[in-house]
Amino acid sequence: MGMSTPAIEIDGLSKEYPFGFLNLKKKRSLENLTMQVETGEVFGFLGPNGAGKSTTIKLLMRLIFPTSGTARILGKSIDDVRMHERIGYLPEQPYFYDYLTATEVLEYFARFHQMTAADRHERVAKILKKVGLETAKKIQLRKYSKGMLQRVGLAQAILHDPEVVVLDEPMSGLDPLGRREVRDIILELKRAGKTVLFSTHILTDAEMLCDRVGVIVGGKLRGVGTPGEMVGIQTQGMEILFELHGEAKNTQLFSRAMKTGERYRVQVPESELYGALDELKAAGARILSVAQIKPTLEEFFMNLVEADRAQANAIDVSGK
Amino acid sequence: MKKELLAGISVAATVLLGLAAAWHLQERLDVQRKAIHEERDEMLVQSPKLIKALSLEYAPLLGAVYWTRAVQYYGEKHHERDMKLQLLWPLLDAATTLDPKLLVAYRFGSTFLSDAPPRGAGRPDLAVKLLERGLKEYPDEWHLYQDLGNVYYFDAKDYPKAAAAFAEGSKNPHAMIWMKVMAAKIAADGETPETSYALWMEVLNSTKDPDIKKNAELHLRLLKTDLDIREIDRLANEYEKKTGHRATRMSELVQAGLLRGQPLDSAGYPYVLGEGGKAELNLNSPLLEEKLLNKK
Amino acid sequence: MKNVLTVATNTFREAVRDRVLYNLVFFALLMMGAAILVGQISIGIEASVIVSLGLTAISVVGLFIAIFIGVGLVSKEMDKRTLYALLAKPVKRWEFLLGKFFGLVMTLTVNTAAMAAGLYLALWTVKHSFEKSDVYILAAVYLILLKLALIVGLALLFSCFTTPFLAILFSAGIYVAGVFAQNLRTMTVVDLNASTMKMLRGISYLLPNFENFNVMGTVAHGGVVPGALILNATLYALVYCAVVLTGAAAIFSRRNLK
Repeated sequence: MGMSTPAIEIDGLSKEYPFGFLNLKKKRSLENLTMQVETGEVFGFLGPNGAGKSTTIKLLMRLIFPTSGTARILGKSIDDVRMHERIGYLPEQPYFYDYLTATEVLEYFARFHQMTAADRHERVAKILKKVGLETAKKIQLRKYSKGMLQRVGLAQAILHDPEVVVLDEPMSGLDPLGRREVRDIILELKRAGKTVLFSTHILTDAEMLCDRVGVIVGGKLRGVGTPGEMVGIQTQGMEILFELHGEAKNTQLFSRAMKTGERYRVQVPESELYGALDELKAAGARILSVAQIKPTLEEFFMNLVEADRAQANAIDVSGK
Repeated sequence: MKKELLAGISVAATVLLGLAAAWHLQERLDVQRKAIHEERDEMLVQSPKLIKALSLEYAPLLGAVYWTRAVQYYGEKHHERDMKLQLLWPLLDAATTLDPKLLVAYRFGSTFLSDAPPRGAGRPDLAVKLLERGLKEYPDEWHLYQDLGNVYYFDAKDYPKAAAAFAEGSKNPHAMIWMKVMAAKIAADGETPETSYALWMEVLNSTKDPDIKKNAELHLRLLKTDLDIREIDRLANEYEKKTGHRATRMSELVQAGLLRGQPLDSAGYPYVLGEGGKAELNLNSPLLEEKLLNKK
Repeated sequence: MKNVLTVATNTFREAVRDRVLYNLVFFALLMMGAAILVGQISIGIEASVIVSLGLTAISVVGLFIAIFIGVGLVSKEMDKRTLYALLAKPVKRWEFLLGKFFGLVMTLTVNTAAMAAGLYLALWTVKHSFEKSDVYILAAVYLILLKLALIVGLALLFSCFTTPFLAILFSAGIYVAGVFAQNLRTMTVVDLNASTMKMLRGISYLLPNFENFNVMGTVAHGGVVPGALILNATLYALVYCAVVLTGAAAIFSRRNLK
């Protein structure tokens, strides 16, 4: 038996939007995306707002149509409507029918799936409990808070026990308790062997939950790998925390340092560490700690965004 | 607490007083506006075809509205003894353009468009136009032929056409016999009081419309008066022949056996012999005023 | 097909809860009041006015519902994004569209039926008896319903490719144009040349002809509506709706949701 088919395969997916006067200009919201999500893994889609995460997910769900490229879910083309029986989707900032109750909405969505009436009732009841909406199940959705709506959204995404679950910003609008609950659900799905793809810009969640992450900035995929791999791409160096009484010397080292009271923080590249330490000792500073700067996804991210913006500006300036 | 109560009372009082004042002022304004003839324009849009176009699919309803307004207009103007009735034709024209099936409008129009003022608009030509439209929609409605005949006979004074209309209507198997009789009589003798009387009786019998009924009754009263006076004059002439002098009092004719009793008009007042021994209405009779108003 | 029914019943339920149908009670009361008033005013045509008034009201109310709610059927779901979760289910876009259509038509049917009952009630109040010809009022109401269904289809079509505001405008516009479609055919304007006349004739046949569904004049005066007319009108509505909905489904199937 060969390698198992990836749960989600994306091949050269691109999306262009016309905009401006008479729709003559084109905006590229996704450029040539190629990646896979393996069966049973939790994959995080990271990127700032407008980077193309939602666009990718909407393309996968056939809410919008690609300008070029293809994709497959569970080995089937995304055009295959029947395949949707086995996948679940939570849209960004979900909103449902004002005048229906949670039970009614879930029952309504469940009707599109293959299950008997009894099965349906049972599943709806179970899922309401799981997402913590049991007490509110008879209240009309127009009275729900954003967080409650998010839970309804999650419920309808997993109600039919899909193999692949796609969540667009599942944590948004939730308080810390709610976010923890969602994280638990995602972990539970993973334990059950489901594949989960979710997009987020909350990087700590991604670090905690994902087997792998993919980073999208400016419509392009910048990297795919485990969270550790991603940040390991760049080392930031070492950070020295020291104390100095009296006046600081006017050297480059000191000018780079951040001062709070009598404490200083300075970052130096790894290679310069010992030279810096010598300099400080000679200046009479007391070294408090030396630590490796562990870059966070956030910083990696920010740098990418910065670099991207700089490139865009450069292009503008060059007039093309 | 007291302050709020006070405030509430003053608000209520202001509102009520204000409304009462407005009511009173409105009454005054109505009178003033009427005096300068500033009345509601009955026909904002003049062309019936345009009205029909604007009414989209709802023409029959608008037709009913125009018909209703026509009746109210007649009632108002008639009540005021205003002689004009200028808007009657446009309103009826619009009503029947919007809904050609308004049979009641054709029948109403035929009487009140054609009859001379102050009873109607005095336009027999328009009445004919309206009736012809009605006959196109209801060729089997012999009453329309009756109306047409009446218009030609009473107001257009066109006796051949009147006879023709009655004849045409009599062809309908549902038509009453008198239609045929009338056709012949008019063709032969033209206008006679007996014929006129008979025709108005038939109008009275053939309608449920209260305005038309009232109008017919009026005509019948006037005709009866004429007929009575003619008969009394005839008897007075006979008396003159017999006795050689003219009677001056009705009682003389009674004593001579020419009359069975004091002849009364339709209002119950006794006829009198006036100047030259001619019969006249009693001065107290309301019919006198009616006759004067309706002088043809 | 099951999916279509699911969407339809949900649309109906939403309309009911959205208090769209509460105008019925109001309408019935209005009709009763009008009936009593009308009896005092118009002589000789009380029944005729009740029927005309009732049918007009049913038509106008239905028209508003068909256009405003018809346009909102899809655009509201697109705007509010309720559509997103739904289209990720194993349901095709055309099934969704068709379900919305039938859901609103169901709503209109209930509405119209109740208003017709109000109409008969008002008629009873004025006449205190029914004639055989009064059954044709039902035929008139049925034809109005066909017209409303067609308008819903058109509203849906327009809302699939323009903004809600423009969709409402277009729907109202094509309603007015459709009312005059008949006139376009018979119009004789002296100055136009033969080919323009031919083109106008062609357009008059292609436009939805709403006069086909209008028998108010006949029914208000106790006339008879021939069965053949009802049959043909039904077929016309079915065919035209099929055309419109096919177009709508085709457009909607390729539409990028925002």
